[in-house]
Amino acid sequence: MAFLRLSSPHAHGPQRTSRVMLWVILATLPGLLAQTLCFGWGNLVNTVFCVAVALLTEGVILMLRKRPVAFFLKDNTAAVTGLLLGLSLPPFAPWWVCLVAVVVAILLAKQLYGGLGSNPFNPAMVGYALVLVSFPVAMTTNWASPTGLSADTPGLLHTIALNFTGAEPVDGYTMATPLDVYKHDIKTQLSDQVLQNPAFGNFVSKGWEWVNFGFLAGGLLLIALRLITWHIPVSMLAALSVMSLAFGWDPDQYAPLTIHLLSGATMLGAFFIATDPVTAATSRKGKLVYGAGIGILLYIIRSWGSYPDAVAFAVLLMNFAVPFIDYYTQPRTYGHQKARRVKAD
Amino acid sequence: MATKTPREIIKDGLWTNNPALVQVLGLCPLLAVTGTVVNGIGLGLATLLVLVGSNLSVSLIRNFVSDSVRLPAFVMIIASFVTCAELLMQAYTYQLYEILGIFIPLIVTNCAILGRADAFASRNPVLLSVLDGVMMGTGFLAVLIVLGGIRELIGQGTLFSNMDLIFGASASSWKIQVFDDYANVLFMILPPGAFVGLGFLIALKNSIDGQIRKRQAARETQPVTAGSKRVRVTGHVS
Repeated sequence: MAFLRLSSPHAHGPQRTSRVMLWVILATLPGLLAQTLCFGWGNLVNTVFCVAVALLTEGVILMLRKRPVAFFLKDNTAAVTGLLLGLSLPPFAPWWVCLVAVVVAILLAKQLYGGLGSNPFNPAMVGYALVLVSFPVAMTTNWASPTGLSADTPGLLHTIALNFTGAEPVDGYTMATPLDVYKHDIKTQLSDQVLQNPAFGNFVSKGWEWVNFGFLAGGLLLIALRLITWHIPVSMLAALSVMSLAFGWDPDQYAPLTIHLLSGATMLGAFFIATDPVTAATSRKGKLVYGAGIGILLYIIRSWGSYPDAVAFAVLLMNFAVPFIDYYTQPRTYGHQKARRVKAD
Repeated sequence: MATKTPREIIKDGLWTNNPALVQVLGLCPLLAVTGTVVNGIGLGLATLLVLVGSNLSVSLIRNFVSDSVRLPAFVMIIASFVTCAELLMQAYTYQLYEILGIFIPLIVTNCAILGRADAFASRNPVLLSVLDGVMMGTGFLAVLIVLGGIRELIGQGTLFSNMDLIFGASASSWKIQVFDDYANVLFMILPPGAFVGLGFLIALKNSIDGQIRKRQAARETQPVTAGSKRVRVTGHVS
């Protein structure tokens, strides 16, 4: 974690990493509940599996690195990484996709850089981006259709059997995500026709809006508890909205703002992924820049890139920029004048 | 500059000063084409050929080229050898030439070659320079093969596929299907996989070096000879 050099008075908070992370885990519950209600058991099964693998991997690597295992496992950060992956991977993603994503996240993106606090990139998003690039088929065909659309949404045991035996999910209960559908169909159809697709319900996009509301609620809880500040989510969502209003005002060409805000991983990204204290910018001004960058990149990749959703890529690209942002947004130390650039004569 | 013994040159090229693992030169072709073993071998052999040729020629003319124009002269020599390698590959391994594409002519820009020409061949006699070229080239080739093997194994679950591109039709049966029904890991086939793979190889080499150093240090600090042990004696010895 890059701390800013600030002068006294230093506020002394009782927050410990493990406690903060525990609250983060609790705050994802509304979203996870919405996922389970709207899309079946898939995400819950994946989440349990991913968290278990994350803890196991972290433990093994800590042992190899001769670090205290119990001490670091108890800080819950590995569990949060696994949890975020479980929430963001497709519900019917087979077990090996989850395994690769989690192991890469913990081993490559976190421990090889030196463990908690030293990783420049969000571990969960590194794992997600890697499996998204590596297994394009498994990562696009395994999204669940909202419950109620198909006659036979798989039950808990059926889902476990599906995800762990390598059986191919049937078209009956998988479906393309709304963002994918819109992006693909708008090339040949008008907006009204696209919205006839069963992926879009009466409101915004069937199922997904409740998931996004769930994560929004959890995120607001985190802000209320002062575990995250409002800067990153607000600037990210504002930038996404501005981009959408500026470039995507024509729904016959681009997805409308409501779909951008309430579909895909927007809210999960804004409140839980972009706000990772290790990899985000540190000062308030820096956070605003960082969040806005994610929002802009998110819109650019969704609209003009080849992937339907882009939270992982947007966050990783802005992770690159964090040292640069931090350098230019150091707050003025109390009692000192703002550093001025010396004119070169 | 003290001349090196042949033994040192061999050890330098293959291990201590390996162009890929220690000097980290020639990354562009190294990362771009090592998706399979056969690509690695193809590019490695071409680089080896160019390296030996350029070291030989540079060493031959080292006393006749003034310092101020030496680099352009070296580049000209390297470029002509690269052209030779390119034409040879077109003639004998056309399919591989097509696969490697732009990375064959780009051998010219491989810093390892210009580096060896300037740092070694221009200051050493012909035979030593050739030996240096062979060893540096072999070290580079070895890394390309290992990296290609790792990426092919993880990326597509096979080893030694398409070897017939270099070794003739009989080599097409060398392919080993390590994993059946394997979902290709595109990441390892794409360039980022090469970065990660090379990182692990460098780490492996450093850790082996560390082990060797530790063992040497342990050997040096234990000069135990018989009879030299001190024994603490209390009381009277009669």
